[in-house]
Amino acid sequence: MYSEKVLDHFSNPRNVGEIEDADGVGEVGNPACGDMMTIYIKVDDGKLTNIKFKTFGCGAAIATSSMITEMAMGMTIEEALEITRDSVADALDGLPPVKLHCSNLAADGLHAAIEDYLKKKETGN
Amino acid sequence: MDHGATTRPDPEVVNAMLPFYDEFFGNASSLHSIGQEAAQALASSRKTVADLLGAEAGEIIFTSGGTESDNLALKGIAYLKKNKGKHIITSVIEHPAILNTCKYLGDMGYRITYVPVDDQGLVDPADVEDAVTDDTILISVMHANNEIGTIQPIEEISAIAHKHGVLVHTDAVQSVGKMPVNVDDLGVDMLSISAHKIYGPKGVGALYVRKGTRLQGLSQGGSHEMGKRAGTENIPGIVGMAKAVELARHRLDGDIKYLDNLRDTMIRKILDLIPESYLNGHPTKRLCNNVHVRFSYVEGESLLMMLDMKGVAVSTGSACSSKSLEPSHVLAALGIVPEEIHGNLRITLGHENTMDEVDYVVENLVDIVKKLRAMSPIAPKI
Ligand SMILES: Cc1ncc(COP(=O)(O)O)c(C=O)c1O
Ligand code: FES
Repeated sequence: MYSEKVLDHFSNPRNVGEIEDADGVGEVGNPACGDMMTIYIKVDDGKLTNIKFKTFGCGAAIATSSMITEMAMGMTIEEALEITRDSVADALDGLPPVKLHCSNLAADGLHAAIEDYLKKKETGN
Repeated sequence: MDHGATTRPDPEVVNAMLPFYDEFFGNASSLHSIGQEAAQALASSRKTVADLLGAEAGEIIFTSGGTESDNLALKGIAYLKKNKGKHIITSVIEHPAILNTCKYLGDMGYRITYVPVDDQGLVDPADVEDAVTDDTILISVMHANNEIGTIQPIEEISAIAHKHGVLVHTDAVQSVGKMPVNVDDLGVDMLSISAHKIYGPKGVGALYVRKGTRLQGLSQGGSHEMGKRAGTENIPGIVGMAKAVELARHRLDGDIKYLDNLRDTMIRKILDLIPESYLNGHPTKRLCNNVHVRFSYVEGESLLMMLDMKGVAVSTGSACSSKSLEPSHVLAALGIVPEEIHGNLRITLGHENTMDEVDYVVENLVDIVKKLRAMSPIAPKI
């Protein structure tokens, strides 16, 4: 049902964890629905220098979290905001149709972390 | 370890079936000698299945499986008695073969009452009695649940039904071969079984219908199966089912003792070794092969996939694992809170499993739950 790439990211997820002094944190999903994701980012000079995630969810949710951290690492904020659920799914050689919402979760989580960073920057802390 | 889903046909079952695909290919309705071979095999298979259930051969209707047996029981009575009454009582934790048939009958103008279960999955017979009205024609409550393995008090439910002159059906697809199932002890009028859960072939089952109970057949055709199920019988399947039943009967006492021990050891080790793990279902009124547990902060499909990578096949009722993205209706009926409902696993053992395998699963499960919790944003930090 899942591609080799999904299984690889699921069984050896990259960048699992938290960042203590993160510049932005994005939290999406709801544990009552069976999926929740938190993404932490470090930003330096407009670029994502570190990304970590924690995910409660299915195999696809874990694999897309891992994939998106790998994709976004080193990107500028503008580039990272252009990552969509489709680009994550494509990078994983596709996802079963019922699992597409899980890739949404990853894209939303990353975007939420970036928005959190931008908001913090605006308010000056 | 997913024997609740299906089982591998016993080699003896396959060997019993093979000659009926080529050598004895007859139609049991034909009068010539080739047909009579088939008719004899059909008759002796019917006797074997009847014996297992403490029934008479004439009370066994062969079907295409548990699903058809359930449909035939519910619709067969509903259609026949529609002028007498249109109320059916069932439970909230039935298999979809019953639930969706009830939903269909509900759309057709029948009234269905779904009695609840307690947090261990038990139906309270008093709730069944409260639901009975003058209009009630049938009560159908499953003998043992396919997900959590809880065994229902069918004897008591039958007594209530008969006190009120109502027929009783039970879906015994999961209990047959794992505990004694006797139609007179249970007091039921109809009972469904399926071959592929007891090391028999897929696509064959039976419905027991107590002598004197009338039933409207669902397809129009020949007068096969005492006029209750038209269509040339699936002789190879039926012969395979009879062989599976015969083996199950011989193995029953040994299997129960053996599986009880594996099950209890597995449950005890999981609950001991994994913090915040819980047993779903009833601690003792439980199928001898059923382990159903849940773990806080992790999701069932991930658990299942990681066990699969270790070569262990299990199942889960988590929302993410289902096509509808809804958690299992059985677990929801137990009142498990939404945050906890997802991290569940069903492990259903078979007689070919060993204590070493139980240990292997537990060891891996300990690691897997740890790994997933380390990844989970809702797990408390260690
Ligand atoms: C309790 C119960 N009833 C009915 C069925 C359906 O049986 P079959 O697969 O033979 O149609 C099953 C099997 O999944 C079951 O577990
Ligand atoms: S997280 Fe629920 S289906 Fe992916």
